[in-house]
Amino acid sequence: MTGTLDKPTCFQDVILRLQSYWARQGCAALQPYDLEVGAGTFHPATTLRALGSTPWAAAYVQPSRRPTDGRYGENPNRLQHYYQYQVIIKPSPPDLQDLYLGSLRAIGIDMALHDIRFVEDDWESPTLGAWGLGWEVWCDGMEVSQFTYFQQVGGHDCRPVSGELTYGLERLAMYVLGVDHVMDMPFNDPGAPIPLTYGDIFRQTEQEYSRWNFDIADTAILLQHFEDAEAECARILDAPALDPKTGKTIIMAHPAYDQCIKASHLFNLLDARGVISPTERQAYIGRVRTLAKRCADAFVQTPAGNAA
Amino acid sequence: MPDLLIELFSEEIPARMQKRASEDLQRLITNGLVEAGLTYAGAAAFATPRRLTLALEGLTAESPTLREERKGPRTDAPDKALEGFLRATGLTKDQLEARADKKGEVWFATIERPGRPAAEIVAEVLETTIRNFPWPKSMRWGAGSLRWVRPLHSILCILSDEAGVTTVPLDIDGITSGDTTRGHRFLAPDAFTVTSFDDYTAKLKRAFVVLSPTERADHIWADATSTAFAQGLEVVEDPGLLAEVAGLVEWPVVLMGAIDDDFLELPPEVLQTSMKEHQKFFSVRNPKSGRIEKFVTVANTTTPDDGATILAGNQKVLSARLSDAKFFWENDLRVAKSGMQPWHDALATVTFHNKLGTQADRIARIAALATDIAPRVSADPEGAARAALLAKADLSSEMVYEFPELQGVMGRYYVAAAGHDADIAAVAEDHYAPLGPSDDVPSKPLSIAVALADKLDTLTGFWAIDEKPTGSKDPFALRRAALGVIRLVLENDLRLRLDTYFDKALLRHKAALNKDEADAADLQAVEDLINEIAERGVFGAALRTVQETLREKNGDDAAKSTLLDELATVVPDKSADLLAFFHDRLKVYLRDRGIRHDVIDACLAMPASDDLAQLVKRANALTATLATEDGQNLIQGFRRANNILTQAEEKDGVEYSYGADVKFAETDEERALFAALDSAEAAIGPAMEAEDFTAAMHAMAGLRAPIDAFFETVQVNAESEVLRRNRLNLLHRIRETCGSVADLTRLEE
Repeated sequence: MTGTLDKPTCFQDVILRLQSYWARQGCAALQPYDLEVGAGTFHPATTLRALGSTPWAAAYVQPSRRPTDGRYGENPNRLQHYYQYQVIIKPSPPDLQDLYLGSLRAIGIDMALHDIRFVEDDWESPTLGAWGLGWEVWCDGMEVSQFTYFQQVGGHDCRPVSGELTYGLERLAMYVLGVDHVMDMPFNDPGAPIPLTYGDIFRQTEQEYSRWNFDIADTAILLQHFEDAEAECARILDAPALDPKTGKTIIMAHPAYDQCIKASHLFNLLDARGVISPTERQAYIGRVRTLAKRCADAFVQTPAGNAA
Repeated sequence: MPDLLIELFSEEIPARMQKRASEDLQRLITNGLVEAGLTYAGAAAFATPRRLTLALEGLTAESPTLREERKGPRTDAPDKALEGFLRATGLTKDQLEARADKKGEVWFATIERPGRPAAEIVAEVLETTIRNFPWPKSMRWGAGSLRWVRPLHSILCILSDEAGVTTVPLDIDGITSGDTTRGHRFLAPDAFTVTSFDDYTAKLKRAFVVLSPTERADHIWADATSTAFAQGLEVVEDPGLLAEVAGLVEWPVVLMGAIDDDFLELPPEVLQTSMKEHQKFFSVRNPKSGRIEKFVTVANTTTPDDGATILAGNQKVLSARLSDAKFFWENDLRVAKSGMQPWHDALATVTFHNKLGTQADRIARIAALATDIAPRVSADPEGAARAALLAKADLSSEMVYEFPELQGVMGRYYVAAAGHDADIAAVAEDHYAPLGPSDDVPSKPLSIAVALADKLDTLTGFWAIDEKPTGSKDPFALRRAALGVIRLVLENDLRLRLDTYFDKALLRHKAALNKDEADAADLQAVEDLINEIAERGVFGAALRTVQETLREKNGDDAAKSTLLDELATVVPDKSADLLAFFHDRLKVYLRDRGIRHDVIDACLAMPASDDLAQLVKRANALTATLATEDGQNLIQGFRRANNILTQAEEKDGVEYSYGADVKFAETDEERALFAALDSAEAAIGPAMEAEDFTAAMHAMAGLRAPIDAFFETVQVNAESEVLRRNRLNLLHRIRETCGSVADLTRLEE
């Protein structure tokens, strides 16, 4: 990179720059998945596509929900609904670290002034039966991204290995824009005819969801939904591969995985309602993991999963 | 003689793995080279976040030619035998030599293994090393199958001597070796060639990389302390953090920043832990106030603004972190000042172990045990119970949830904030100690009582459910708990019969384990038994009393308490087994302090071996005696007496313990031994009474000369049966007298 780095002006500017940067690197600029998830990793573009040997490169924003992190919009950097930016490339290219650093330059972080560090942080998702090795990336002591080489997903060894990058968008943008409270962060251009802050858009929803997550959500219904999603996932995967109507082999890995995602989010909601004891926690996580593994098993039987 | 330089350049290696990895690299390469016949003069290994480096000096240029002679079949043996020999040696018949041997003429083969050039051997050894490197965790990347801690990018491998430099050719999964490396990721990213180790380190330094971890750590420490000193401050020492930080940077730049005034009222432990755990900052203390006021962070780069942007960023992150900590601290203080009830309630819902109940159950047991122990350690029983009930309340606090390593420390603050005495508050922190072998041992009575109760509850609990440590597996750190008890007892010179507490605690666990199945009467019987043990100290006597009472109350038939009957055998067995575990730990502990294992065995054979302080007094006295000449000779004399007596007893089938009579003594030496035994016994009796084992051993050592003189002049197995019996009975007195401190028969020759 040459020349002075121009700084982004607002939250969406950071997102747009990341999106165009990774598009320039050849990634498919995907859109968010249309289900509630806890992190960008849950998007089937990551979880399922990390399996099998077909090369893959995708980048996308993923709205993510962590009900227990709700603070009624008052905490400067904790939200129950936030955005992650996710990049997944398979096989991981040899210059992935450099590509990543290029993305930081693209959003105005000048390597000559800042201290960027790769600090050991191995990633594990007990619910997805997935793990990988990598780092959290520090910029001046702040964690700005998670960098992982996937080793296993859904209990399957990743061959080849995918490289996964996850940016916590709010935190990263707040740092780049020099904002101390997330709600004060300009969402669109502050010079726009109708300038909107993050708070204009999300303060009220944070309040509403915090209340619902912590106190109102009907735990009996959530529990029923969890059981339903679990049962439906199993039912989908138990269906014979041969579709009698079309005469084709159609393994429904994605619809089944949707149910797995739902079960995972329902578990998070139940957790926020405080109705899951520490011992039960492990059991619930194990149930979701069983679903994730079965979905992975199914996906590798499909064409996208490189079934022979 | 060439020098060898190897550098394995990768993406960032976790700091905690670097030291071990550089050692492993040195060990594996040098072992491999030596095994292949090379030698070297010196070796040094280094690690930075991105490289493992090994430099070998004075490597032999090639391995020596090896000659080996092998004997084959006789020259007149069948052709088959000769063919086999040729195949095995890889030679032809004309290369063999026929020589005369004992059995006739025999074929001899001389096999020559030519030496190989160092480069060839290095390439092989390095490839094997890379493919089998013992990383604690390794990974694959891209489409390859090679495993390394993080993606491996390049291999530098050169041999250099006066003649010049050669690259050792190597190709591992597409990574080819070369003579180039790179500098700092941001400050000097370009590749450069290297001709020798000196050239390498010099060029690296110009490229903003300090190769040696020690040099980086020294630089960080020197810079940090002098920066702090310039402002009248001091850096809080933390060697572990220093090593870790030195593993996170190739070009350390020390920056000092201030902690916002808002956070200075936080306990120093909180500031220190938060800064260290989250940010890897050093704490900087004002020696006048003892407060932590600043921090030191170590950046990996120099910047045109002298780190101003970096420092500002770090400060911002710190403020966010400390805001969280302050939030926890203030919330926790509110709960503490209102009496901690929500924390106690929460502990009733947290499982300690699925068979051993909740944390609240455990705390209640610890309080009961601490009450039992308190009088023996000069602590107030009521105070001990109260302190025990409060000691773990902080486990429910927000701060300890965030920073588990602050358990106990926060407890001390919170118990004090709840309005309790400093001694009670101190228990919250002290009762975990000692954790490591070099930790201080609590010395305040209340802290001792609860620290012992905590560890004994854990040990008896896991013994009650058969979860003892096996081999290298000790998931509940029971060895550490036992060592903690041993150190608490010995360093405070506590006189405790551990058996009693084992029995009571085991019974409490067993009662809890059976509370769902057993009926109320059964549980009451166990409760009675616990109380009787408190009264009588001995399990058997207490059991008989309880059974007697039951019989009186219910008549013989109804006296059956199945639970009590079961526990009557199970508890003493487990208790004995736990004591044996303690004795094993004690042996390890004392061996490290120079006490021989057979000396310990000799003392363990004596009664009250659950009184560890007494046991160690015996062992010390015996060790001191064995260090003297008199002591050594006394043991010889004792052994001789004991052997003769034992043989006679075996032969005659009787025990010679009837009092020997001086009137049958024939010689002066014999009479002198009688007299010496009389006076030794007179001294030993009161010494044993006073547990002055040194005095007792001293009195015994005085027997050495009379015993020696006796054996020199007196024939024990005399022809006169009267004399023989009397002398054997005299030997019995030696055996008895010398056995009062320890069982000397267990000493090794």
